[in-house]
Amino acid sequence: MLYDVQMETLPRDELEQLQLKRLQYLVEKVYYNVPFYRQKFKELRIKPEQIKTLKDLKYLPFTEKQDLRNNYPFGLFAVPKENVVRVHASSGTTGKSTVVGYTQRDISTWASLMARSFVAAGVTRRDIIHNAYGYGLFTGGLGVHYGAEALGATVVPVSGGGTKRQVMLMKDFGSTVLCCTPSYSLYLYETAIAQGIDIDSLNLKIGIFGAEPWTEEMRLDIEKKFQIKALDIYGLSEILGPGVAIECETTQQGLHIWEDHFLIEIIDPETGEVLPPGETGELVITTLTKEAQPLIRYRTRDITSIIPIPCKCGRTHYRIERLKGRSDDMLIIRGVNVFPSQIEAILLETEGLTPHYQLILKKEQSLDTLEIQVEVNEKIFSDEIKQLQKIEQKLVKTIKEFLGISTKVKLVEPKTIARSQGKAKRIIDLRNQS
Amino acid sequence: MKVEQISVFLENRAGRLEEVTKILAEASINIRALSLADTSDFGILRLIVTDIEKAQQVLKDKGFTVGKTNVVAVEVTDKPGGLHNILSILSQNNINVEYMYAFVQQSGNNAVLIFRFDKTDDAIEVLNKNNIKTIPGKELYNL
Repeated sequence: MLYDVQMETLPRDELEQLQLKRLQYLVEKVYYNVPFYRQKFKELRIKPEQIKTLKDLKYLPFTEKQDLRNNYPFGLFAVPKENVVRVHASSGTTGKSTVVGYTQRDISTWASLMARSFVAAGVTRRDIIHNAYGYGLFTGGLGVHYGAEALGATVVPVSGGGTKRQVMLMKDFGSTVLCCTPSYSLYLYETAIAQGIDIDSLNLKIGIFGAEPWTEEMRLDIEKKFQIKALDIYGLSEILGPGVAIECETTQQGLHIWEDHFLIEIIDPETGEVLPPGETGELVITTLTKEAQPLIRYRTRDITSIIPIPCKCGRTHYRIERLKGRSDDMLIIRGVNVFPSQIEAILLETEGLTPHYQLILKKEQSLDTLEIQVEVNEKIFSDEIKQLQKIEQKLVKTIKEFLGISTKVKLVEPKTIARSQGKAKRIIDLRNQS
Repeated sequence: MKVEQISVFLENRAGRLEEVTKILAEASINIRALSLADTSDFGILRLIVTDIEKAQQVLKDKGFTVGKTNVVAVEVTDKPGGLHNILSILSQNNINVEYMYAFVQQSGNNAVLIFRFDKTDDAIEVLNKNNIKTIPGKELYNL
């Protein structure tokens, strides 16, 4: 099934013509409306009219996450503020989050792309969608929600948390589609088993999982446990939110990226050079239709490759491989994006703490846990237990407030955290070890 | 009369306490009294030793985080009600005890109580007023 038959099966040459037309319009628009881009274009001595073919894309400047932070909060808007109907933001310490704005049309484009993604996954308007992505500044919840409504399906906006209740609702409502992070689905499963709920009594058929990397083994495990078809969905708030790309139910091999709205490139993350189709590198996306906050050559830092061959499902839009990793040190913890530097900033703002810390990531009951080990020095040391526990609790609270993740803070003896010659080993990720 | 106590941060894992006693033994430092407070992850070892400066130095040299705090040592007759008598006086005067530990002297009939107060000076004043004997540091280190 296809949601937008004409667009999704547009012959490649027509699709590329459409992309070029949209790119030229976009370049002109940002040049005249976004001072940041005007400046960048000037630095590179490039004028909008020089973009004559899609190949000319490589002359345009990259946009980095830091550029969004530098222009916090609304500096990259390409429309008057009154035309922006919604903002989303990523977690971050004060002033450092990345903000994204949407016009009314952006919201409806997003909803239709999400609906398109649902249909690619085999979802129909008769389905009941259990949406356990978080609602709020994070794009996951609302993105899926609007897409489900655009499709005409029934959406259960359950958001995150309250796992026992979620299992009950899924069973009572006869939900047919589950949307959440892959690890949360396994946690739901374990909770259901612990509650004595027979998985066969659930009506689930399809699972749409994203917001964190997962493996093929995990897919097979989820599919077996729930007796469903599990599909990988990709999106990022800077570009849109969920619904940028998704696997089709036909092949479950690679994620179709909606190329009428997103122009993609794969680059060498070191040199910035564009790599030929099929090679692995960093995914770079140009938003072709975004009104409020279009981005030129946004460096996603996600490592993947383009699959430039037609898919059996009939869609002409290229697929990208399941994400292989990141070209930066971003961590994805229960679907929340966290940079070690954000945690470091919080530690350093805490009186007396040194930047000697280590982040230990583990899986407990399928869910990610983050332990922050902090060395105790004489400045914060006390002969009283309660003083030390206060420091731990304060850090846990501050990190929860700023980054939205629950952590465990553990005080350790000085010099227990290895000081390596060069870069300190800050992160120990044990999540893929059983 | 205040007494100096050193405290050492210890991770809650095997061999850490032993490491401290080894360092002190090698430096010929005698432990007069000690108490260990623990949580699931870490502990705080509090010590009264014969040579505070030296103990602090050798432990620091071996990478431990060491603190120094003023505590109060009180002598009390080693018989029922001895501790209670002191605590009643403190409580009547609104003096809060953060923690305490005790040991019995080898000779004599007295026990020694080590108190950590939130308001050390006020506590000493109250104890003195009520004729309760506090032991000076020097005496305690060389008991």
